[in-house]
Amino acid sequence: MNFELSDEQVFLREAARGALGRVNTVAAAREALEGGALPDLWPTAIQAGWTGLLISEDHGGAGLGALDAMLVLAEAGRVLAGIPLLGHLPATALLDRAGFSPESLGQLADGTIRAAYVPARPGDDRDPAWTAEPASGKRRAPAPTVVRDGELATVTGHVAWVPDAPGADLLVVVGVDEDGTPVAVAVGERADGVRVEATTAYDATRSLGHVTFDGAQGRALELDDEGLRSAWFLAQGLLAAEGLGAVEEALERSVTYAKERFTFGRAIGSYQAVKHALTEVLRRQENTRSLLYYAGWAYDDAPGEFPLAASALRVAAGGALDFAARELISVHGGIGATWEHDAPLWFRRAQLSRRLLGGTAESADRVAGELLTSAAGTPA
Amino acid sequence: MDLNDTPDQAAYREHVRGWLQQNRQHAPDTRGRGDEEAAVEAHRGWQRRLAEAGFVGVTWPAEHGGQGRGPLEQVIVNQEIARAGVPGILDTIGVGMLGPTLIAHGSDEQKQRYLGPMLHADEVWCQLFSEPAAGSDLAGIQARAKREDDGGWRISGQKVWTTNAQFAAYGLLLARTDPDVSKHRGLTMFVVPMDGEGVTIRPLRQISGEPEFNEVFFDDVRLEPGSEVGAVNGGWGVALTTLMFERLTIGAGSEGLGYSGERFARAIASDPVAAADPEVRQRLGALATELLALRFTGYRLLTALSRGQIPGPEAGLGKVTAVNAAIEAGDLIADVIGPEALDSDSEWSYLISFLPGLKSAGGTEEILRNTVGERVLGLPPEPRLDKGIPFSELRAKERQEVGA
Repeated sequence: MNFELSDEQVFLREAARGALGRVNTVAAAREALEGGALPDLWPTAIQAGWTGLLISEDHGGAGLGALDAMLVLAEAGRVLAGIPLLGHLPATALLDRAGFSPESLGQLADGTIRAAYVPARPGDDRDPAWTAEPASGKRRAPAPTVVRDGELATVTGHVAWVPDAPGADLLVVVGVDEDGTPVAVAVGERADGVRVEATTAYDATRSLGHVTFDGAQGRALELDDEGLRSAWFLAQGLLAAEGLGAVEEALERSVTYAKERFTFGRAIGSYQAVKHALTEVLRRQENTRSLLYYAGWAYDDAPGEFPLAASALRVAAGGALDFAARELISVHGGIGATWEHDAPLWFRRAQLSRRLLGGTAESADRVAGELLTSAAGTPA
Repeated sequence: MDLNDTPDQAAYREHVRGWLQQNRQHAPDTRGRGDEEAAVEAHRGWQRRLAEAGFVGVTWPAEHGGQGRGPLEQVIVNQEIARAGVPGILDTIGVGMLGPTLIAHGSDEQKQRYLGPMLHADEVWCQLFSEPAAGSDLAGIQARAKREDDGGWRISGQKVWTTNAQFAAYGLLLARTDPDVSKHRGLTMFVVPMDGEGVTIRPLRQISGEPEFNEVFFDDVRLEPGSEVGAVNGGWGVALTTLMFERLTIGAGSEGLGYSGERFARAIASDPVAAADPEVRQRLGALATELLALRFTGYRLLTALSRGQIPGPEAGLGKVTAVNAAIEAGDLIADVIGPEALDSDSEWSYLISFLPGLKSAGGTEEILRNTVGERVLGLPPEPRLDKGIPFSELRAKERQEVGA
């Protein structure tokens, strides 16, 4: 039994914290709300080797696992850094698994080209259909359709709210063929029939795009069902990891202020109402961390449990960040809800993150679905 | 990350599993209703058998009859016992908390006399700390111990929430020996024979109707000289040791409570309408997420223990998670099943009735959050009105305020 980070993983996390500490990403997040340009952190990602995290060593990457990737994204989330890894990492995991061209994998690993994952949600115990993010509303959109002709594939469809799609060189889209079987296709950003419409987001640090394929041609990837499913859950885990980092920073800031601010002759952190709420942030933070370890472990060692683990992680992280961001505001009082303060940046991050990639409520439904499916197979 | 046993641990697990297979026919049913006395005797015999095989007091030092092994081996024993579907030991409180306290603070004579019979369940122990007016504020206890001329003591007072008191041979009792100093300073820990003259034990029935606990009354009970554990007026430090082992027992045993998302999902999966209901699924998904987090937090805790680290107060948050998720689960299952879930022979009825009490057991949620907020987050404590005031004055002030 060893359920803690290895020395290498601790080092990876500390190195990421150091590298991201050289840019004032929180100040940049505020300026971006007023239309300022975000700092380009892609060179930082290249230098640190994060672009090749999930590409095998044979293909020029670091050959690391989901846990390592989540640790890096947690550090990005801590300082609200906008690095397009949420799109790049699941895409490269799919390309690497499919044995995409070695030349391209090398360029993806060294960051010369950047990929974005255009996700489809795998079906569940109630509905086997793969679906895509709708532009609006509760009804999910059909996944793009794919017509295969050997290695070539033609994609048609629309996927909204795709992380890091604007500016990506290569889109890795998951769609379905005429039988409803999922298939992934690598489509160049410049291919005919591809349109990426950048959208402004409530959280200005996050790059999102609505992606349309209109008979766009690309290369079909040879992947089994499990490989395609795991990309969706990997994206869930990475998004949740960003949330954990943001919770940690929000809690630190809240605790610091609760010790400094005095009312009625004593620090507000001494009042139970404040203390218990901050303890609740800690409880949720540590539960999220445990599930992050679980998901990281399951990705490699128990792939059958990965959908459950990543979905539970997403639920915990979504709830933790929402709670932590609201506490960050309320500990600071009225000023915490104004433009003068940084707390709204965490709040905006929390609200948008919870609605992306299917949303946390769908993840909760998935946790239930996974458990109910296993339970149906075992006697009560 | 590796959830597998090391080769040594795997060999030990194999050994425990093999022994349980050979001996499981001697195991009694899990304790429940029926002839209490006969059941206690059967469980006493089962603990004795486990002790002779070396599966009781796994982490105790060898010189006191233990195995001198690590906490992971204790967990392996617990897991294999659960897997075999046989009951664990009868005296978890003695072996898990009170024995280790005696080992840390007791005299050589006390260790010699009490530890062996405790391991073998020849003498079961109970914990006599909480009182009707002192739970969260444990140092506010009022049970008095007065010294006799020969160095013996006389005890008067009332204790409550005493598990196993009805068949315990001894209790570890915290009493006030000096009311004229501030409250933490005037306490002493004692070994008390439960069959002494003046000891009255009354069962305390819970919501379920089952008497899980007792009240224990002490009416001028005589203790022999040398009954104190640790220094006279040094009882608070001894109590803290017990509470640390309590945390360890609770932390390492969070899975042992039997609250798991898998178990609760089984209760719902058999009802296809419920299993497809979006609201039921949201509630199940949320509470199962909490329980999964609890399981893997437990693995982090075990990793820390196996590296020789003592879990800090944050381990108490696991209890908060477990209790609240289980309350949600009981509520959801009752909503799904309907009134039948509350029938007295339903496993859910017992779970639902048990949880409101568990919320306060081993420290209320509020006290746990205070401790974690202060010790882990470093937040300042609330102002305290009892600091440095002799206990007797404090009591007089309380009476005055209530009277006013």
